[in-house]
Amino acid sequence: MMLQHIGKLANRFAVGARRSVLASAGILLLATSAMAVQPDEILADPALEARARAISAELRCLVCQNQSIDDSNAPLARDLRVLVRERLQTGETDAQVLQFIEDRYGEFVLLRPPLNLSTLLLWLAPILALVLAVWTTARAWRRRQDQIAVVDEAPARQTPLTRDEERKLQELLKQQGGASSTSTDQK
Amino acid sequence: MVVELGHFALVLALLVAIFQMLVPFYGSRVGDDRMMAVADPAAICQLGLLSLAFLCLTIAYVSSDFSVANVVANSHSTKPLIYRISGVWGNHEGSMLLWVLILALFGAAVAAFGRNLPASLKANVLSVQASIAVAFMLFILLTSNPFLRLDPPPADGNGLNPILQDPALAFHPPFLYAGYVGFSIAYSFAVAALIDGRIDAAWARWVRPWTLAAWMFLTLGIAMGSWWAYYELGWGGWWFWDPVENASFMPWLAGTALLHSALVMEKRDALKVWTVLLAILTFSLSLMGTFLVRSGILTSVHAFAVDPQRGVFVLAIMALFTGGGLAMFALRASDLRQGGIFAPISREGSLVLNNILLTTACATVFIGTLYPLALESLTGAKISVGAPYFDWTFGPLMVPLLMALPFGPLLAWKRGDILGAAQRLMVALLIAVVVMAATLAVMQRGPWLAPFGVALGVFVMLGAISEIVWRIRLGDVPFGDAMRRLVNLPRSAFGTALAHFGVGMLVVGVVATSAYRQEKILVMKAGETTSIAGYEVTFRGVAPRTGPNYREEVAMFDAYRGGTLVSHLEPARRVYDMPPEPTTEAGIHAGWRGDLYVVLGDTQQAGGHAIRIYFNPMVRFIWLGAVVMFIAGAVSLSDRRLRVGAPGRARRAVAAAAPAE
Repeated sequence: MMLQHIGKLANRFAVGARRSVLASAGILLLATSAMAVQPDEILADPALEARARAISAELRCLVCQNQSIDDSNAPLARDLRVLVRERLQTGETDAQVLQFIEDRYGEFVLLRPPLNLSTLLLWLAPILALVLAVWTTARAWRRRQDQIAVVDEAPARQTPLTRDEERKLQELLKQQGGASSTSTDQK
Repeated sequence: MVVELGHFALVLALLVAIFQMLVPFYGSRVGDDRMMAVADPAAICQLGLLSLAFLCLTIAYVSSDFSVANVVANSHSTKPLIYRISGVWGNHEGSMLLWVLILALFGAAVAAFGRNLPASLKANVLSVQASIAVAFMLFILLTSNPFLRLDPPPADGNGLNPILQDPALAFHPPFLYAGYVGFSIAYSFAVAALIDGRIDAAWARWVRPWTLAAWMFLTLGIAMGSWWAYYELGWGGWWFWDPVENASFMPWLAGTALLHSALVMEKRDALKVWTVLLAILTFSLSLMGTFLVRSGILTSVHAFAVDPQRGVFVLAIMALFTGGGLAMFALRASDLRQGGIFAPISREGSLVLNNILLTTACATVFIGTLYPLALESLTGAKISVGAPYFDWTFGPLMVPLLMALPFGPLLAWKRGDILGAAQRLMVALLIAVVVMAATLAVMQRGPWLAPFGVALGVFVMLGAISEIVWRIRLGDVPFGDAMRRLVNLPRSAFGTALAHFGVGMLVVGVVATSAYRQEKILVMKAGETTSIAGYEVTFRGVAPRTGPNYREEVAMFDAYRGGTLVSHLEPARRVYDMPPEPTTEAGIHAGWRGDLYVVLGDTQQAGGHAIRIYFNPMVRFIWLGAVVMFIAGAVSLSDRRLRVGAPGRARRAVAAAAPAE
């Protein structure tokens, strides 16, 4: 019961050590590690191991939140890492291994979504956004050039006065009506 | 009693905010000065009441008042004092109270320091500010009240999630919120300008320091979160493209763009409409960040509040202010007059390029973060968008931005000379190329793009120095003259150069640590030694230890370099008493060259412990870069021109009007 609860919490936060348990007596009983890849998982062939690591970084740990199986220490992530290594050892290519895992667990397992109809917009988004931004800028700039040609200089001056400014202007005008020297002094 | 006082103060603050929302706005419509003037005392009163409410909740936490449901849920009597205090905002309810407190703080600051602002602009700004406060205070009182009592009270609390019991994380939320909420000022100014249908350079002069302050806090807040993740989560990563991280990164990107476009508006009276839109969008993204984190819609590390009812409420707030702001923009933007023309190759042009790339990057992060949610709710299909997607899309957008960055400050306003700028950057460029060649030669492994990335970072850093060298005309004029120019250089020029230098540092750190990280995973027995990145690391054994509210198993390591002891590392596995949750503490030896990072793993059945050792080259540059950017902001804010707010014309106008009254 206690174990289950702790396991749930640890999974929820998906960080650090997992399933460390404080026994009722208050002794550190057992603690599994804060480590993702365990020493015993590592393949003897460094080239194959490097490929395994690269593939692992592309696969999502299904019981965690937004962690790759390479970063996660959940048991399921470990199973997947071992599976990836087994497939690699049988001589499969990276693409074949990824395909195998995807067939088994669905598209959700891939941290880099494959390009298909439902992800088309996702992958095109950055390019579309950039094109849109450049196009909008170019259009605004060209329109501005046209305007300048028509409107002539100092368009900023055309902003209407605020109520405050209007009142101050009126006061100044009134003062000017009485004694024209004071207003120039204030300036 | 104290808790009821806090509750009461919160309700009063809501009433004051409603008053502050309605009266000054109406006053500005009918031109009643007295009605507009009540905004100031109201804003300050609101701050006072919310401070009181926050203080009361803090007292409840510090004194471990377990008749308060919120304290029971998130605190424990054995928790150290600092975490009892940080526990106030380490939970949903308390963090929302902090949110509105900071909101009120910014509002009161406008009231107190905004004496030079035109009366109707100020009234409208404070009125919009108050409307945000009303929405969030209603949210707190109706769905997330931290002042609710519990009867009968339990003997002790449930404790704070141990991963939150950490100095960096204790201050991560206040900084982050100061950033998020600080952008509300830019939003309020934008909406107020749209209400008035007028906007000028003085507006930008006002908005820029507030945006800069918010940006500084957000920068540091994000960096703190990243640093915390690095040493606490135990696998040496510093950024995960987690939706919650993205939620804070989007306002940062938009806010950075806003800083630069407001600069164009202030100096050249151009890009007005765009700046207003960006101000609205930046705060909208902050609201969305709040929504994503607070609603628990993304189940991730940070989402500790999972409650759809609250989510819908925050969603409504977000829709109201984003939609309202954009609707105002659509209606009134055409009233805003554009000014200032410039050639494409000019300072303005470079800042426009900055804005194009930053907004595109922001849009990319936005789509990447929300696409899975949208797709799942529309079609039910579940996909994951993780780090590989962002590396592929966000990265390429940053390359042209960083390449163009050093050129920007070297170009003149209106019409710039790109060849001249390139000439001034020649030294920086040459050194960067040398660095690239050296990296390529020394580092046999790693992605082939990495040396280019390092060189890019170096180019940005040296480009910032080149800008100062050019400004003081070092080499052109006698050395003494150059030094005199250096002393007389405006602080904002230093701010710019320093901030860009910080960006360069960050890039170097990011690329170096991502591309050249070394790792060793092995089983070690006490007394054994292994070597990594020039260090000899000896495992001395493990020992149990007891902390204030946890027990831990500590492993002792000695790191040697060339036979001399350089560091003693103590990675640990910790279990907290309440709640009984395990955490790992990495043993880190920080150095300029990089960090030695040791994590303690399982005890092996065959004897020994699983050990994981990393060497993270130059990883400190990431956070140092952020700190440099923060300092750069502070330097720029201390510039006299910004400090005074809207100086010059407006002040003279006030002085001239005074004798007449």
